[in-house]
Amino acid sequence: MKLIGLGADKIGTTVLIVLAMVSFIIPLCNLVSPADSPLHFSAYTVSVLGKYLTFALLGLSLDLVWGYCGILALGQGAFFALGGYAMGMYLMRQIGTRGVYGDPLLPDFMVFLNWKELPWYWLGFDNFWFALLMVVLVPGVLAFVFGWLAFRSRVTGVYLSIITQALTYALLLAFFRNEMGFGGNNGLTDFKELLGFNIQSEALRALLLMISGVTLIAVFILCRWLVNTKLGRVVTAIRDQESRVRFLGYRVEMFKLWIFVFSAMIAGIAGALYVPQVGIINPSEFSPLNSLEIVIWVAIGGRGTLYGAIIGAVLVNYSKTVLTGLMPEIWLFTLGAVFVLVTVFLPDGLVGLMRRRLQESHS
Amino acid sequence: MNIFAENLFGEVPKVSSGNLVVEGELDTRHGPILYLEDVSVSFDGFKALNHMSLYIDAGELRCMIGPNGAGKTTLMDVITGKTRPDTGTVFFGQTIDLLQIDEPAIAQAGICRKFQKPSVFDALTVFENLELALKADKRTWQTLFYRLNGEQRDRIDQIIETIGLTACNHQRAGILSHGQKQWLEIGMLLMQEPKVMLVDEPIAGMTHQEIERTAELLLSLQGQRSIVVVEHDMEFVRSIASKVTVLHEGSVLTEGTMDEVQNDPRVIQVYLGG
Repeated sequence: MKLIGLGADKIGTTVLIVLAMVSFIIPLCNLVSPADSPLHFSAYTVSVLGKYLTFALLGLSLDLVWGYCGILALGQGAFFALGGYAMGMYLMRQIGTRGVYGDPLLPDFMVFLNWKELPWYWLGFDNFWFALLMVVLVPGVLAFVFGWLAFRSRVTGVYLSIITQALTYALLLAFFRNEMGFGGNNGLTDFKELLGFNIQSEALRALLLMISGVTLIAVFILCRWLVNTKLGRVVTAIRDQESRVRFLGYRVEMFKLWIFVFSAMIAGIAGALYVPQVGIINPSEFSPLNSLEIVIWVAIGGRGTLYGAIIGAVLVNYSKTVLTGLMPEIWLFTLGAVFVLVTVFLPDGLVGLMRRRLQESHS
Repeated sequence: MNIFAENLFGEVPKVSSGNLVVEGELDTRHGPILYLEDVSVSFDGFKALNHMSLYIDAGELRCMIGPNGAGKTTLMDVITGKTRPDTGTVFFGQTIDLLQIDEPAIAQAGICRKFQKPSVFDALTVFENLELALKADKRTWQTLFYRLNGEQRDRIDQIIETIGLTACNHQRAGILSHGQKQWLEIGMLLMQEPKVMLVDEPIAGMTHQEIERTAELLLSLQGQRSIVVVEHDMEFVRSIASKVTVLHEGSVLTEGTMDEVQNDPRVIQVYLGG
């Protein structure tokens, strides 16, 4: 992190410590202490925190492509939703005969649609490990095909941003259709258990928070390593002077593709952690607006730093929880205004501000 | 009949001679390292290059001069694959058709370029800029797990010394002066160990002293590499060039020593507007 100077490692390390505390202390408190103890966090707090951590992971994935490689991908939510659907399909298959219609094989919505057998693409999802594989593979393959076509034809800048929006919108429309076999408008819900644990149980919720935290920490460390490799430096160079990198003999499109696929896989993992904690996945996760929000988290936090994306995602979503509770109608206006203000006055985001403060206090 | 059939359908007959021309490998045993023949490029009707033919010899230091719009930068774009010509052929040695391969492949084959506007990576340090340029396996996974060995570190340090940036080794390239950026980019070219260096306006923004050092550096490279320099500064061109090519309206107007071209009435007419 020598590029960013003194403040960088301090903030990054602080973020890591806070994450470790959140993901171990809170679940442990809840598992050990009785329900009426002051150390006991409510089920709501636990699941909301878990949700924020998955959003932080999603923000991190966008920061890799946008903050480091300069690809303003406005379809990151699509990979998140696909990862979520893969996990949702596993959870649906776990319901078994406990569904409303009690069909041992078919999820309720298929029985309702009078389907007689499970579509081929639902096969295998009763196996947790297969589902986990799909969580990274499906977003990864989509990102690969899409990125291969786009980067090879040298689609860049605003054109690329627009087609990523189109991608997520197309998926939104597709997943809305009942014939697609993903539950249409209602999506996948009514989950009962995950790996044999009751999905509503406090123990599982605490465990999911812990797993989300540990995954975020691991991916954060992995990304920090990644951006400090030579590949990370090539990617940064592509962001600043794409054509120059080509004349150094690097295949720019392959590097963009690599980072885009890697980031899509992280987004898929984030989606898979999100779904069991909120208990539902439906096509609205593909909404273009969702993907735009991710960009705003990262911009507010400060792009190109990794931890900025984490800070931004948590802060913005916390404000969203608070504000939509108080005055739901002003949330989007507030978000828009904050985005504009940050873009104009804090181009490096909140962590840029923190870094400057830290450097001032040192000099 | 049998032999004929075998040649048609069987394996390619093996030749034991060491002089076999291998496709894709640079072959300069027959003179020029760079051939451009009858190359034309037009942008919306404007002929940037007009049936240009040009030959650069191995190890030669060649200067290109010409008024604005003569096609100097377009020429470099064509050689490095940035612009595809409408007609003509461009060969690197005897065997490599530059029109068949793209920018990274051309760079890896050994043609490197310094841009008119210094193009270094501002967010990276001087050392990291040179590390990216270093000749290496430049595929993604290989780049991810790339580690510099001691020899390569020494080589980078040596180039940093050559370009006089030892003191700025770990500073970000963004804070360098214009002249220092020019030097860094020349250093990046050297890291790539090119066979042909295309150098577009190397001394813009340099002090007198820096200009002298640039001339020394280019002259010292002569013989090991072919160098094509585009420059407006006539004094600088005179100080380094043995052979000068004058471009005008997308074609070669004349070639020769500096004295020859400066006394050529056509050159005088082009520059002074007759």
